[in-house]
Amino acid sequence: MQKLFIFCALVCCVYATKAQDCNITFRGKITDFHNNSPIVGASVHIVNSNKYTTSNLKGEFNFNKLCASTITIEVKHIACETKQVIINLKKDTFKNITLEHHLEELNEVIVTSETKTERTSIENSLNKEVVLTYSDKSLGDALNTISGVSTLSTGNSIVKPIIHGLHSSRLLIVNNNVRMFDQEWGDEHAPNIDINSGGKISVIKGANTLKYGSDAIGGLILIKPKRFAIKDSIFGNALTSLNSNGLGGNVNSEIIKTYSSGFYGKLQTSYKRFGDFSAANYNLSNSGLESINASLQFGFNSYEKGFDAYYSFVSNEIGIIRAAHVGNVNDLVRAINSGEPSFVDGFSHSIDNPRQSIIHHLGKIEAYKRFRNAIKLSVQYDFQLNNRKEFDRRRASFRNIPAADFRLFTTSIQPNLEIKSFKDLEINTGFLLRYQQNSSADENETGISIPLIPDYERYEAGIYATSNVKLTNNFNVSAGFRYDFIRMNAEKKYKLFDWEENNYDVLFPEFTSNRIENFEIFTFPEFNFHNFSASLGLLKTFENDFEFIFNYGLASRTPNVAELFSDGLHHSASRIETGSLTLTKEVANKFIMSFNRNNENFGFSISPYFKHINGFIQLIPSNEALTTIRGAFVAWNYNQVDSRIFGIDIDMNKRISNSLNYQGGISILKGDNITDNIPLINMPATNFKNRITYTNKGFNNLSVSLTQRTILQQNRFPDYNFSVFNPIIQDNVLVDISSTPPTYSIFGVQTSAVFKAFKTGGLIVEFNVENIFDLAYREHLNRLRFFADEIGRNYNLKIKINY
Amino acid sequence: MKKTIKLLAVLFISTLVLTSCEDNHDHDHDADHEHEEVNILRYTLTNTNDTNNVVTFEFNDPDGEGGADGTKQVSGTLVANATYTGVLELLYNHDGTLESVSDEIKENDAEDHEVFYINSAGMTIDTTDVDANNNPLGFETNISVGATITGSLTIAIVHEGKKPNTGINDALSGGGTTDIEVVFNI
Repeated sequence: MQKLFIFCALVCCVYATKAQDCNITFRGKITDFHNNSPIVGASVHIVNSNKYTTSNLKGEFNFNKLCASTITIEVKHIACETKQVIINLKKDTFKNITLEHHLEELNEVIVTSETKTERTSIENSLNKEVVLTYSDKSLGDALNTISGVSTLSTGNSIVKPIIHGLHSSRLLIVNNNVRMFDQEWGDEHAPNIDINSGGKISVIKGANTLKYGSDAIGGLILIKPKRFAIKDSIFGNALTSLNSNGLGGNVNSEIIKTYSSGFYGKLQTSYKRFGDFSAANYNLSNSGLESINASLQFGFNSYEKGFDAYYSFVSNEIGIIRAAHVGNVNDLVRAINSGEPSFVDGFSHSIDNPRQSIIHHLGKIEAYKRFRNAIKLSVQYDFQLNNRKEFDRRRASFRNIPAADFRLFTTSIQPNLEIKSFKDLEINTGFLLRYQQNSSADENETGISIPLIPDYERYEAGIYATSNVKLTNNFNVSAGFRYDFIRMNAEKKYKLFDWEENNYDVLFPEFTSNRIENFEIFTFPEFNFHNFSASLGLLKTFENDFEFIFNYGLASRTPNVAELFSDGLHHSASRIETGSLTLTKEVANKFIMSFNRNNENFGFSISPYFKHINGFIQLIPSNEALTTIRGAFVAWNYNQVDSRIFGIDIDMNKRISNSLNYQGGISILKGDNITDNIPLINMPATNFKNRITYTNKGFNNLSVSLTQRTILQQNRFPDYNFSVFNPIIQDNVLVDISSTPPTYSIFGVQTSAVFKAFKTGGLIVEFNVENIFDLAYREHLNRLRFFADEIGRNYNLKIKINY
Repeated sequence: MKKTIKLLAVLFISTLVLTSCEDNHDHDHDADHEHEEVNILRYTLTNTNDTNNVVTFEFNDPDGEGGADGTKQVSGTLVANATYTGVLELLYNHDGTLESVSDEIKENDAEDHEVFYINSAGMTIDTTDVDANNNPLGFETNISVGATITGSLTIAIVHEGKKPNTGINDALSGGGTTDIEVVFNI
């Protein structure tokens, strides 16, 4: 009996050991993900066992006498991400394992060696302090602090950026890698972006970044998303701002959660509300605004692959001063000559007509994957929906019916391939497919026979390639090209008289439908455009932080929908704007240089530029008024001329002492219509600014700044004045829409301090005074300058908590 | 896990796209709608002593603002030293149907409108109708013609002007805008 038991046990043991075949060898080789070089001294550990080894000089390792089972091995190396691999061991196995180096991570920012968009770009960025100071203002106001950037405004809340004299369709605004399409063709259409929703905001004045389009004749404005460290963390901030002028402010809050697995999510919301603003001497009735914004970002970030999804919602309700609402040109002359707004009421928070009401949805999803040989493929899908309603002071039956109601939908897909496999050479290439559709409310909804802008569809396909070569350690060259094909189909009614008077019946017979109703002809214009663009950039760095950058760019811009199809009365401007179907594309040659030194003690930037634009499309008043049943109106027409813009931006910063810092800048620009030998309309005047800052790091990081900004009178402007008969006074009157306001200087004080709050948080308090001398002044590039002064003094308090 | 996230993301974006696309403007809506434009202004004067003596000042711009210019026509003869009653009409001619904008104003919007008659032809024009606040409106007038009748007559309508006022310039001073301004040469 005992013998049988022992025999059984022996058999069992033998059987058991036979089932555990523990003679397997597991060998492997560990190499670097991008360049296949062996990783020496990586530690390899079989999880849940005490078997360890390290890789040799060839990156090889081995384990002997392993049992057949499923094992998990963990490979670690300093400066590499730990990798775990699951292996089903049945027999001798060899496995190749790759590890990738990752860069140092600091707090909430991933520091990379490149902070600029491209090495050879001439780029200025707004730092965090500026974005905080302008948190309750518009993006255009914040960008105005950069030399060479001015603003075209319609009142103080509708602010469009101008780069080197160019704006609207000549600037590409890229929000979170999505090119903004929010009816930017309108002079009175400001970008619908919440300044608090992004991370870094940069202005590229040079020629590159063809990735986003061929038509960046003026430049690019990039609102980049924040990027987060890969670790478990939750943080955020809340901010509130209060202002005496307008009795309003904003509240902004954001919260971010990141995971060590690589996932992250961010939610941000902001609310801004102002009542009537006031100029130095009177209330600006109906200048209030309300803005509701929210953005959501989530994604997964790892070196090999990841995705990023972003959605933003912006809703703006903006009042336009009632005094700017005029009837015919005689009303306009009365306003210009009176020097005072025709309507001034007591302070009110309500936003009445005339007003703009805009909602903008933007969404994108971008995914990327890195392959061997340093190739990164990313694909982005994005969409935007912009709904703009413009309300006027109309008869009672139309009181709350918008005079204009446009819905613009844009969607695109863009893959991009980044190749860094060759030493010192980086290539980016990709293509774009885009569809855009505009739907305008017609007379059934607005009560107006022909909408200002027609329904249209726009198809675009583009292809680009850019490259950057590092020729030596301090010399970089970049070059690129891009081709876009654009097709536009519109459905538009014309007054039959206008159609024939403009000769369109002879030039474009294929556009007519021969359907004529009520003196209007239905037409279907169709256009195809081909745009080429190219760029060349050089960057040379010297000792002591000096660098020299040169950019050349060739850019083409197709006429936009307003330039082609505009048709009608702009009530709040007493003008009739008419587009032209015979416009062709603009072709620009741009040259810009920058000689600069980035240094805290003494830094400067000298940047001259020169642009020649062939076929420059401009909207100019004609010298005759059109007479309608309402009286006379100024007729503005689009035409094309050759133009030339050149100038220089100079900035300087100097540390005067340990606690005193000086910054200053000057911008000079000269823009000419070389076809007619007159200055170009709406060019920014010479301006300069100075700033002295006192900081005391020991005393709660206290900072006190005195600021000054002077805009000289623009004496170089085209004279488009004319006379019109005023039947009320039975005499001719001069319509002076060309003269410019005098030179002015605005002074301000900015103070801030940092306090400790919670264990890890910080509290920043800002107290600012703007226009400290309550100056009454007018600005040439404010379209409402005929009606009222700019805003007066403002006291502002901001509190921001970081947690 | 990653696959689910990717799927959710795609779903999330698609729902946004689909819901946002709903707001389509309905173009073939054939309902009765009003027009803001006025393309006929007609001022009809009837002699108080002779109802056969009717003088009509008419401005007609069939294709509305833009397009061809409107035409002005004066029919009938003004008799010197006579008195007339005047009626002003603002009409929109939509493919043959006439919509009366003046009726719409008299009904809904009288407080925000006032008609002014400025003439250099020796006439005296007094408005007889009033709005709900007993301020002058101006669609109905009494006219007395002087001895000589040459000059011009301007009919202007001020929207949201100051009421009561001492004349058109005063009316326009309070934020009023000129919505109609037609000049007839007599």
